[in-house]
Amino acid sequence: MEIIQIVGLGIIATVFIVLLKSLRPEIAMLISIITGVVIFIVVAGKLSNIVEILNNIADKAGVDTAYLSTLLKIIGIAYIVEFGAEICKDAGESAIASKIELAGKVAIIFLALPIITALLDLIIKVMP
Amino acid sequence: MGIDLIFRIAAIGILVSVLNAVLNKSGREEQAMMTTLAGLIVVLLMIVKEIAGLFDTVKTIFNF
Repeated sequence: MEIIQIVGLGIIATVFIVLLKSLRPEIAMLISIITGVVIFIVVAGKLSNIVEILNNIADKAGVDTAYLSTLLKIIGIAYIVEFGAEICKDAGESAIASKIELAGKVAIIFLALPIITALLDLIIKVMP
Repeated sequence: MGIDLIFRIAAIGILVSVLNAVLNKSGREEQAMMTTLAGLIVVLLMIVKEIAGLFDTVKTIFNF
């Protein structure tokens, strides 16, 4: 039952953060970062299994692997960007958080460009 | 599980704030400042490794 461990970890980390927020706000922020990292690393093993199964299903269905890998990359970028932006927002720097989100959106659109052009090519081909 | 990491960082935080209070009371403001800075740097060094690990796992999972 990993989920109980994760919930307990979150509660303990929250207690420490609330304790340290008034005394040392910078270390409270670092605890929140490390909690996020630890929780992700606990979940990472299961997540890699899920991704593997998705790849297998896509192979069986005959989907172009380039599309699925682009999709996975976009999910990874979205996760990393969300992680960084939430930390900045928690520390009160919402300006930097919005810049990080902007960079993430640009990166995602850049990755999605081949798919968009493929779609447009298909539409042009279909149209008489 | 990395719960020991959280305990360690919280312990450093509590220790630094206690040291800070003691040094401030005894009139050594500049040394209190230095302890604060040292604690922050130690914790940051611990964190940076973990963040690099997080980025590596995300890269391998979503095959960047």
